[in-house]
Amino acid sequence: MAVAGVDIGAVATKVAILADGRVLSLQVLPSGFDGNGAARRGLGRALKEAGLVRGDLGFVMSTGYGRRVFNEANRTITEITAHAEGALSMCPEARTVIDIGGQDSKVISLRETGEVANFMMNDKCAAGTGRFLEVMAGVLHVRVDKMGKMALRSTSPAKINSMCTVFSESEVISLLTNGRSREDVAAGLCESIGRRVSSMVRYVGIKEKVVFTGGVAKNVGMVAALEKELKIRMVVPSDPQLAGALGAALLAEKALAEGRHVVAVPTPG
Amino acid sequence: MWKELGLNLEKHDVLLNALGTIYGDLFLTQKNRPTGMQYFDFVISEVHGLRIKELVDRKKAGKKIIGAFCLYVPEELVYASDATMVGLCGGADFSIPDAEAVLPRNICPLIKSFFGFKVGGTCPYFNSCDMVVGETTCDGKKKVYEILDDYVPTYVMEIPHKIDTPQAKALWLAEVKQFKSKMEEMTGKVIEKDSLKDAIRLINAKRAAMKRVSETRKGSPPPISGLDALLVNQVSFYDDVPRFTQKTNELADELEKRNRQGNGVGDKNKPRLMFSGCPMAIPNWKLHSIIESMGVPVVAEESCIGSRYFTDPVEPKGDSMDSLLEALVSKYSKISCACFTPNKERVSKVVDMAKDFKASGVVYNVLQYCHAYNIESIKVEKALKAAGVPMLKIETDYGSEDVEQIRTRVEAFTEMLHPVR
Repeated sequence: MAVAGVDIGAVATKVAILADGRVLSLQVLPSGFDGNGAARRGLGRALKEAGLVRGDLGFVMSTGYGRRVFNEANRTITEITAHAEGALSMCPEARTVIDIGGQDSKVISLRETGEVANFMMNDKCAAGTGRFLEVMAGVLHVRVDKMGKMALRSTSPAKINSMCTVFSESEVISLLTNGRSREDVAAGLCESIGRRVSSMVRYVGIKEKVVFTGGVAKNVGMVAALEKELKIRMVVPSDPQLAGALGAALLAEKALAEGRHVVAVPTPG
Repeated sequence: MWKELGLNLEKHDVLLNALGTIYGDLFLTQKNRPTGMQYFDFVISEVHGLRIKELVDRKKAGKKIIGAFCLYVPEELVYASDATMVGLCGGADFSIPDAEAVLPRNICPLIKSFFGFKVGGTCPYFNSCDMVVGETTCDGKKKVYEILDDYVPTYVMEIPHKIDTPQAKALWLAEVKQFKSKMEEMTGKVIEKDSLKDAIRLINAKRAAMKRVSETRKGSPPPISGLDALLVNQVSFYDDVPRFTQKTNELADELEKRNRQGNGVGDKNKPRLMFSGCPMAIPNWKLHSIIESMGVPVVAEESCIGSRYFTDPVEPKGDSMDSLLEALVSKYSKISCACFTPNKERVSKVVDMAKDFKASGVVYNVLQYCHAYNIESIKVEKALKAAGVPMLKIETDYGSEDVEQIRTRVEAFTEMLHPVR
C-alpha cells in the first residue's frame, strides 16, 4: 500500500509518495502563508503524478515547521527524526546530518544503528539559514539559486562578521560600497554561515559520513564553504531538499506496518 | 487596599485578566488532577486578593514584610523576628517593558521582570514589603539591587562563591549574624533562641511537606503533573507557612494513595523528563507547559523553585544560639547554586536525581544571559552523558515567539529517547 510523507517547511512544502520502499513521486512547492493548503496541493499533485487517488494512501506522515497544521496527516514527526531517516535512505553510511532549511539549521548525530544519538538546532533567530541567504541574495541582486555559483567564482572571500540578518545586510552594503565584488561578498556570506554551522557540528561531534540536506544544500557555495571549514568531503544527495519528506514517508511505511495509525490526529495549533 | 499599596490599578487589572486566562488554559484543562490541587487553584485565584489582605492586616498590626528573590535569604531569621517573608514575582514578560525604561535590555529576564513589577507598580507583594533582601548570586541582580534601593529599602547579603572553604563559611556566618541584627533593628525585637528554634521547626516542616510531594513523583506514572508540582513550589514562596504546610501534606497523602493505586498522569508511552537549571519564578510556566502538552511528564525540578529549596532541613547540633546559626550556615551552603565554584556537588546532584526519579532525559533550562547556569551546563551534560542520560539544553526568556521552535526540539528529544525506527 502507498504512503506519503509531507514536509511543510517555512519556505517550501515537499511531498514524497512511496510504495514498498519505492519512490513513486516527489513534489516541491512554496509553502506560502497557508501550510495546510500547500500540503493539500502538493499531495494532490504527487498523487496525480503517481497515478493514484487519495484512497490509495494507507498512511500520511507530516513533518516540518507546519506539521501540525496539515489536517490530513495521520501522525506528525519532528523534522529531526524525519531528516535523519531520509538522509540514511539517501546515504546508508551517514553518521552526521547537516540540514539547513528555510528557517532553521540543525545537526544530527546518528548511531551505527541509524537512531538519533544527539542533535542541535539554532536558537530563536534565523541567522545562518535559507531565509538569511534569500535576504542577502536580494541585496546582491542575484537569484538565490545562482548565489552559490557566484560565490565559487570568488578568489578572496570577504570577511562577514555579523550573523544577524539585519546587521549582515548593513555589513554587505558597506562592503559593496567599498568596492568588494559581489562574488567575494557571496562567498563571504557562505563562509560565515559555514563557520556558524561548523561550531554546531563540532559540538555534536563530527562522524563521517557527513550528509548535507535541506534546500540550502543545493547552494554549491555553501557546500564548498562547509567542506573548507570542516576539512571533510560531504555527501550531497541529488534532491537534498526532499530528505524530510522522504524520511517522513519511510516512517509512514513503518507506522503502517505496525498499525500505529490508530494514534489520534493532533489538533491544529 | 490597592490604593494604599500604591499600585497602578489599570495595569494591575490587565495583568490579572491575562494571568487568569493563562492559568485556566494551562492548569484547569489538565486531565485527572489531584483534588488537593483545588487549594492551590484557590490560592492563585486569590493571589492578588486574600493573601495580600492577610499581609496588609499583619502590617497594620505592626509586623514587618520582607521580600526576597533567592533561597539564600535565611527565612528562619525572618520568622524568628515575627516578620513574614514573601518570594517576589519575577516570571512574567508583562512587566519587562516597564523595566526596560530604566535598565539595559540585554540582561536576564528574571531581573527585568521583578524590577519592572516594582517600577510599574503592578505587584502588590512588592509594594507590601518593608524591605527587600538581596544577595550576590549573580552580577546582574547584585547591580540591580543598588538601583532597586532607590525604590524600596534593599539590604544585600554577600554569598561567598568558594563555598567549601573555611573562609567562605566564616564570611557566610558573619553575613547571617549581621542579617539577624538587621532584622532585630527593623522589628525592635531581639531574636531569642527559642523563637529561632520555633522558626527552624516551622520552615523544616514546610520543606518536609514539599519533599513528600516530590518523592511521590518517583511513581510510574507520576501521580501529579510537573506543572502542578511546579505550582506548589511557586506558591510556597508567598503563602502562609502553617496553612501551606498543612495543605501540602494533605496533597502528599493523596498522591501517596494515588501511587498505591497506580493512578497517575502523562502518557505511559512517553519518556519521563527531569528539569534542571535556572529557576521558574511565578508565573513562568513556559517550558513545563510545552513539555507536558505532548503528554510527556516532568517528574522533578533540580532548581531553586524545586529540589534546591526543600532537600535539606536545618539540623542544629546543639542548643546554643551559635549552634543554631551554624546550622543555618551549613544548610544554606548545600543549596548548590551555579554561582559556586568549583561546583562538583551540583553536577553530581543532577545525575543522582535523574537516576532517583528514573528520568529518561533531562531538559536543562537556561534563562537568556544567565552565564553561570549556561556554562555549567557543559559539565552537567558531560556527567549525565557518562551516566547514560541524554540532556537537551533550552536557552530562552519569557517571550512566546520561540514556543514552536522549543516544541520541535523537545518533541525531537522525546523521539530520540523513544526511537520510532
